[in-house]
Amino acid sequence: MSGRNQLPAEVDRALAPWDGTSSRRDFLKTSGLFVLGFTGFGAAGLRRGPAGDDRGEPPLYPDPDFLQLDSWLVVHEDGTATFYVGKTDGGQGTGTATRQIMCDELDIAYDMAKLVMGRTDKTVDQGGSGGSDAIERDAMVARRVAAEGRRVLLEMASERWGVPVGALDVSDGVISARDDPARTVTYGELVGGGRFDIALTGGNVNATTGVASVKPVQDLKLVGQSIPRYDIPGKVDGSLEWAVDVALPGMVHARNVRPPFVGANLVGVDESSVSGLPGFIRVVSRGNYVAVVCEREEQAIEAADRLVAQWEKPEAAPFPRSEDLFDYMRSADPVAVPGGGRPLPRPVGDPEAALASAATVVEAAYDVPFQGHTAIGPAHALADPSDGQMTVYTNDMKPYSHRTGIAEFLDMPPDRVRVIWMEGPQLYGRTAADDAGFEAAYLAKELGRPVRMQWMRHEETAWDTKGPAFAFDLRGGLDAEGNLVALDYRARIANYAHVGYNQARTVLIAQLMGLRPERPSPGGGRGPDDMYHIPNRRQETLPVRFRQAFETPLRTGNLRDPNGPQTTFAGESFIDELAAAAGADPVEFRLRLLRGSTDDDEAHRRARSIAVVEAAAEAYGWDPRPSPKPMAGERILTGRGIAYAYRARTTVATIAEVEVDRETGRVWVRRMVCGHDCGLVINPDGLESTVQGNLLHGISRTLHEEVQFDGENVTSVDWRTHPTITHTDCPEHIDVVIVNGDPNPDRPDLMPYGAGEPSHRTVPAAIANAIYDATGVRMRRLPLRPERVLAELRAAGV
Amino acid sequence: MSEITLRVNGETHTVDVDPSTPLLYVLRNDLGLRGPRFGCGLSQCGTCTVLMNGSAVRSCSRPVARAQGTEITTLEGLSADGELDPVQQAWIDEQVPQCGYCQNGQILTARALLDDNPSPTDAEIREGMNRVLCRCMTYYRIQAAVKRAAVAMADGEVER
Repeated sequence: MSGRNQLPAEVDRALAPWDGTSSRRDFLKTSGLFVLGFTGFGAAGLRRGPAGDDRGEPPLYPDPDFLQLDSWLVVHEDGTATFYVGKTDGGQGTGTATRQIMCDELDIAYDMAKLVMGRTDKTVDQGGSGGSDAIERDAMVARRVAAEGRRVLLEMASERWGVPVGALDVSDGVISARDDPARTVTYGELVGGGRFDIALTGGNVNATTGVASVKPVQDLKLVGQSIPRYDIPGKVDGSLEWAVDVALPGMVHARNVRPPFVGANLVGVDESSVSGLPGFIRVVSRGNYVAVVCEREEQAIEAADRLVAQWEKPEAAPFPRSEDLFDYMRSADPVAVPGGGRPLPRPVGDPEAALASAATVVEAAYDVPFQGHTAIGPAHALADPSDGQMTVYTNDMKPYSHRTGIAEFLDMPPDRVRVIWMEGPQLYGRTAADDAGFEAAYLAKELGRPVRMQWMRHEETAWDTKGPAFAFDLRGGLDAEGNLVALDYRARIANYAHVGYNQARTVLIAQLMGLRPERPSPGGGRGPDDMYHIPNRRQETLPVRFRQAFETPLRTGNLRDPNGPQTTFAGESFIDELAAAAGADPVEFRLRLLRGSTDDDEAHRRARSIAVVEAAAEAYGWDPRPSPKPMAGERILTGRGIAYAYRARTTVATIAEVEVDRETGRVWVRRMVCGHDCGLVINPDGLESTVQGNLLHGISRTLHEEVQFDGENVTSVDWRTHPTITHTDCPEHIDVVIVNGDPNPDRPDLMPYGAGEPSHRTVPAAIANAIYDATGVRMRRLPLRPERVLAELRAAGV
Repeated sequence: MSEITLRVNGETHTVDVDPSTPLLYVLRNDLGLRGPRFGCGLSQCGTCTVLMNGSAVRSCSRPVARAQGTEITTLEGLSADGELDPVQQAWIDEQVPQCGYCQNGQILTARALLDDNPSPTDAEIREGMNRVLCRCMTYYRIQAAVKRAAVAMADGEVER
């Protein structure tokens, strides 16, 4: 086993490109058992060793212990520090932001630290990424841990000099005595090549803390600065090594062969159809899973293309055709979930009675199709099975569940599996990166050689997990004064058997091999999230299923802000319809609903909702009037629309300004303004970049993205059949207005809330509302491709 | 298999591969270059872009045999003597990339665009870059960076 515990030197270097000093592994090697143990603080003495297993062997890849300061933070002799966090950064700058706040709490210069992320054998299990909670939750753990590091170092200086901690100052890693500023010692000198042996407390990793308090927000110096992202130079000059780049000696290349019809059963494989091809090594098949392995990448691609296999077509269609999807969803019996799925929220007031007595009742139906992740780089992974262990190199955003899922799937002890996260194409939820890692690991175990798997474009687009389709039916009632008195929201969602992250029985390879979870996910989802005061209100979301629940490319998984864009499209388009029916300005109508109550919550969501709507309107220069605006005779019609929502504790209001070409149906979002309140901001430019990406992704999903399928297969297989936003769709101006709407904006304990995804959900409704303002035509079915818009305009006589 | 000679980033390489092999796999797997990456294999996205005699070309669909006799530049070869190309510098100054997977194609396409048209209008930038896709949707910053690079290159000309 010796030697295998280490990464290839090239990879190891690539994983630590910003380390001006020795790597941690070398550090531990040379420092031996020398431990900084100091009576009086922390738990001095030997570190707890990892528990052995029933084989009587020590674990090969033990879990870093989150209750040890040393697992998070190492201060080196030269005064630099290395931080270890169990997160991954998909390009939103969470690594840079985490490093900023840790440096701030530790009191060292930003350039004196580096950050290691997402290596299951080196970084504590913080779950990887997801839910836009990297800063809100995980960076706050890191912040507390860094504050503890500072406390310990000050105690050490205090002990060394016999001076109370209260009489010491610290700046940029140098401690000085306040009454004798010439007397200084650096963190590096204090540590002197040793390592922390300080126990932390906390019942779980998210609760981890030392005894130190974090600094008041007003004392943070790096927080709030737009420090350039550390990962960008290597992405721009070509020096960064990505998961897709890793090459190991003896490595071979694999490609999948997917069933030609959804639900098809494999009858036989004619290996002779490819066995004579150059570089051919093996066809691997089990159940309906088929892959080919060759020496070279292009050989594997060709062999997968040419492999002859017999498949038995299923008797019945696996799902409706995409053009029949919404009729099917509205007519199908919703899934009856044994034991009940997600409980429906209790209605407020009596919506039916209020609708019956309303002066005006508005009804509308909205439809959102399946949409794909369609990563720019198809899913990939490299698995190394040498010496009875398994190392997987991946960009999977959840390396920890990747590790445990693969261990379960391969029936290996988890401590013999490790996952090395490296940079890769975007990760906005549950992507096929999960699937590719399992496939690479399975094939590597079968072949006993390192196997690199990469999906082809048609697979990525067709077989990646999908954001679920929705069909909505809404009714609203206005009283004689135009006040919204009742709202009835009913949604159908096509996410039965929704797959989670890295589940050993729902990853695609497992499904194709015939494995099934004990119980399929029932599906379901929340309604729109808003702080509107509506006296009578009901929200219901019911899942529907297709005949084919497994082994299907219409399997759903979390896609950026899961369900948010769909539900907010319906919810906020409908609020706009009600505002128009009331003859009210859309901003004024929303503010009236937000101010209809004075209730608020611990995150001050009501006050902060009002603040973002007002800030967006002001930044845009919103001129109050009802929609639609009087139509002009020009070919290009312009209009503006707003949508507001919250997600978790972040509030957002987005205004879109559109141009609609009445001759072609093309919609161009010329300008966007986003008021965004996520509390404390660590890196304003990083936040702005993240919000810009969310807004543009929202434009893409609004204008272009739809997964199409016939009765046999998904027919969206590339960038033509599942198009995405391009350079010519990009707005001319995007203004991200960072708002702090907290009633006590200067409070020293101002917290950060999850950022980015909340803005994504506001985009479809903002655009559809702007099109209505421009044309007087309500767009109720996404995406708004030119042909659909043109047809709607023509039908309305515009 | 046959011997193919390539000029890449100013150096000559000889590889023994099937002449129909897409250039992309030779650059990545035989020459160990990381700039061009697989995105679609269909010339739709631009992730695999290289410069061939100064023009932006999609290496996923170009047989290696048809790259012989040309001067190929990859992202790694864009900077000279440790000096970043003005386009690369603009990408850092504007903090363009998110995941960064597509940025190879964005940067090299921008470079070819600016060689062709040193002071493009906004509309020319949009059109010239339009076939290079980004799923982090960093288009807004890319367009700002192209403008910034154009200014920097014009200033460089004046100094020279």
